[in-house]
Amino acid sequence: MLTLNVNGTRHQVDVDPDTPLLWVLRDTLRLTGTKYACGVAACGACTVHVNGAPMRSCTTPVSAVAGQRITTIEGLQSKVAKVVQAAWEKLDVVQCGYCQSGQIMSAVALLTSNARPSDKDIDDALDGNLCRCATYQRIRAAIHEAARNLG
Amino acid sequence: MNELRIENRSRREFLIAGAGLTLALCMPSAGAAAAGAGKLPGTFEPNAFVHIGTDNLVTVIVKHLEMGQGTYTGLPTLVAEELDAAWAQVRVEGAPADARRYNNLLMGTMQGTGGSTALANSFEQLRRAGATARAMLVAAAAQRWSVAVDGISVGQGVVRHAASGRKAGFGDLALAAAALPVPEQVSLKSPKDFVYIGKRVPRKDSKAKINGTAQFTQDVNLPGMLTALVAHPPRFGTTLKSFDAARCKSVKGVVDAFAIPSGVAVLARDFWSAKKGRDALVIEWDESRAFRLGTREIVRQYQALLDQPGAVARNDGDAQGGLRTATKQVTADFSFPYLAHAAMEPLNCVIRLGADSCEIWNGEQFQTVDQGNIAAVLGLKPEQVKLNMLFAGGSFGRRACTHSDYLVEAAHIAKASAGRTPVKLVWTREDDMRAGYYRPLYLHRLTAGLDAQDKVTAWTHRIVGQSIIAGSPFEAFMVKDGVDHSSVEGAASLPYAIPGISVDLHSPKLDVPVLWWRSVGPTHTAFATEVFLDELAHAAGKDPLQMRRGLLAGHPRHLGVLELAAAKAGWDKPLAAGAAGEKRGRGIAVHESFHSFVAQVAEVTVRADGSFHVDRVVCAVDCGIAVNPDVIRAQMEGGIGFGLTAALYGEITFNEGRVEQSNYTDYPLLHIREMPRIEVHIVDSQAQPTGVGEPGVPVIAPAVANALFAATGRRLHKLPLRLT
Repeated sequence: MLTLNVNGTRHQVDVDPDTPLLWVLRDTLRLTGTKYACGVAACGACTVHVNGAPMRSCTTPVSAVAGQRITTIEGLQSKVAKVVQAAWEKLDVVQCGYCQSGQIMSAVALLTSNARPSDKDIDDALDGNLCRCATYQRIRAAIHEAARNLG
Repeated sequence: MNELRIENRSRREFLIAGAGLTLALCMPSAGAAAAGAGKLPGTFEPNAFVHIGTDNLVTVIVKHLEMGQGTYTGLPTLVAEELDAAWAQVRVEGAPADARRYNNLLMGTMQGTGGSTALANSFEQLRRAGATARAMLVAAAAQRWSVAVDGISVGQGVVRHAASGRKAGFGDLALAAAALPVPEQVSLKSPKDFVYIGKRVPRKDSKAKINGTAQFTQDVNLPGMLTALVAHPPRFGTTLKSFDAARCKSVKGVVDAFAIPSGVAVLARDFWSAKKGRDALVIEWDESRAFRLGTREIVRQYQALLDQPGAVARNDGDAQGGLRTATKQVTADFSFPYLAHAAMEPLNCVIRLGADSCEIWNGEQFQTVDQGNIAAVLGLKPEQVKLNMLFAGGSFGRRACTHSDYLVEAAHIAKASAGRTPVKLVWTREDDMRAGYYRPLYLHRLTAGLDAQDKVTAWTHRIVGQSIIAGSPFEAFMVKDGVDHSSVEGAASLPYAIPGISVDLHSPKLDVPVLWWRSVGPTHTAFATEVFLDELAHAAGKDPLQMRRGLLAGHPRHLGVLELAAAKAGWDKPLAAGAAGEKRGRGIAVHESFHSFVAQVAEVTVRADGSFHVDRVVCAVDCGIAVNPDVIRAQMEGGIGFGLTAALYGEITFNEGRVEQSNYTDYPLLHIREMPRIEVHIVDSQAQPTGVGEPGVPVIAPAVANALFAATGRRLHKLPLRLT
């Protein structure tokens, strides 16, 4: 049994300790907003926050994050997160939408630590988040929009 | 009444389907007691496109898959426009599989999404559905208020009678309207009265895709559901000889493992257990009939075919004679690799068997084909296969598989496990990338002749590559005289005024499964024709834009986008120089695909080490009436990014029959830092609207290759583009 702290709730989970956090979130806790796409930390669709920092849950063994503060797309509460999501909606960033939870998790982490990111800061922070629909231009614009709205 | 003209080949099909259009106004709370329009109240008749509930919600039933291209926004817009609904009261529901009501009018009797047809198909059908519902609401109000319909207006979901000051919401009138006969004739708005069409309305799927609640197939969870992974053979044409599942079955969470035609299936309580179980299988494959060619051997075989005449796709004038008498000849061979669709959501589906039925949850793109293929496995009638169409996490053509490969695999799993539980079939990224159904590998050879005045007098174009259509249910009507239309589209339709044009095709058979890939033929034909035309401009000493202008006199829509893109890009002004050691260049390309016209100007910077960056792309598009300009812009932006991935990276290769790529690590996608600044300009048009999901894709690679030539003087004929 492992104790996980996900979105402010403590869960006891009975899984093998090497199980990637992604599959515990999706299959055990039924938090399906975090997506499986590559399984090798090459695309960012599975990005969650661990103690506020973005992490690829598909290659993170669940035992490595037991007891730590895990946040998924379903648990975003901060002001930064709300402003980011509003900017995403205002600019209609999404297309197929499958990668967007991961994009938003990375964007929220970026803006939480850097209130006025440059294009280069955005490119660096979101370099590992792939979007096959190539919504990148709007992702950049939405992050700038959110930064403006956060003042 | 506004006269509607449908000028495309679907005219006849539309009239037939149009006559059968049904529509009903129903009350969701009454459940199955929904009243079919024109039927007795209480008679159940599932309706076609519009429900209006007493709760004032307007539900638009969309028959086309939402895979990112905006159908769940654009199609409801058409209904809302003619219904005069408020956008906020409109919700969207995916249509069930029922080709009698939900066939794609541009695909005949088939239900499916593809070929950038969703909006073109729906433009009249859904406006008519909206206008019909509006007329019935107005009639119901007139009856209730004992006034003439003429004095009634509708706006933003409210029905009003100005003279008496009465008003009512749609929900108040829904039941009364449902009891009225469906009018045979309805008038549609004149474009000057459009409230939504031509303006941005927000996407209906944004919120759910931003907060993690959007339901993709990957997210479906049914009571008792098991997860299935399948061990597939390492090469196409390989079959199972034997397997030992003892270790697999001892993995915690694994429920069963058994053979199916496509490999060995492992059923487990969750994905990770299934994966561990699959890793523990010991399998012996029969590779006696396996595909064992490498990319190099395939290319060598195709090169030999480039020297031989193929099946004729177009023959205008005397191209061969023109070449013989030309003062200058230019020739080039082009090469295009196999490409994987590589959508972010790996292929998957959920299946549940019942007595004489089967229910599927899927990013469902090809309903009629899938029903037939699944039914054949299970011994059911196609209509006994119920398909729930969920959001697809991308598809790009992959989920419209002529053989329904992953769905058939799921059906075999369900059948072999006797339908004990619902099953979610999940392919890993590696399974997805190695399963075939690629955009085929193609070689092209183009030769052109110029006369003493540097006019192009002859153009020959030979294409070698597998047929996507051969062996599919579409062969009978898409392959004519040995020519698969999808292999030559964009080449046989070359718009340039050249006296002698010949296009021919070889379609060699190989054991690599192939399929359409976003924008299909033009993924390669646009590159070959637009890069080659640039070479001819260079040979003739002409500016590439001037050269195209001179050859497109009879093609105003090509010219329109070309001129618009060139003007907005500042083609007539010099490009700003790069930093020390950098070379910059600008290239242009234009192409028509799926009846939409796109021109792009790309600006590139080439670094001293031969690496390069696409800095800016100016895109002009003419897709007829621009129903939602913001969705059009998004599709051009995304199409350019998708096309850039192919231009920079896309390549599936074989070594002794094995696919050499497996994941995004060795089949990279465009990263955010590589995304150019994109400006999209939409031609103002009153032509019938055409699709935008695909036409942005094929133009970017030739525009970039032409820009690289302008920067470096090096002509690239091979994708992906490499200067080093």
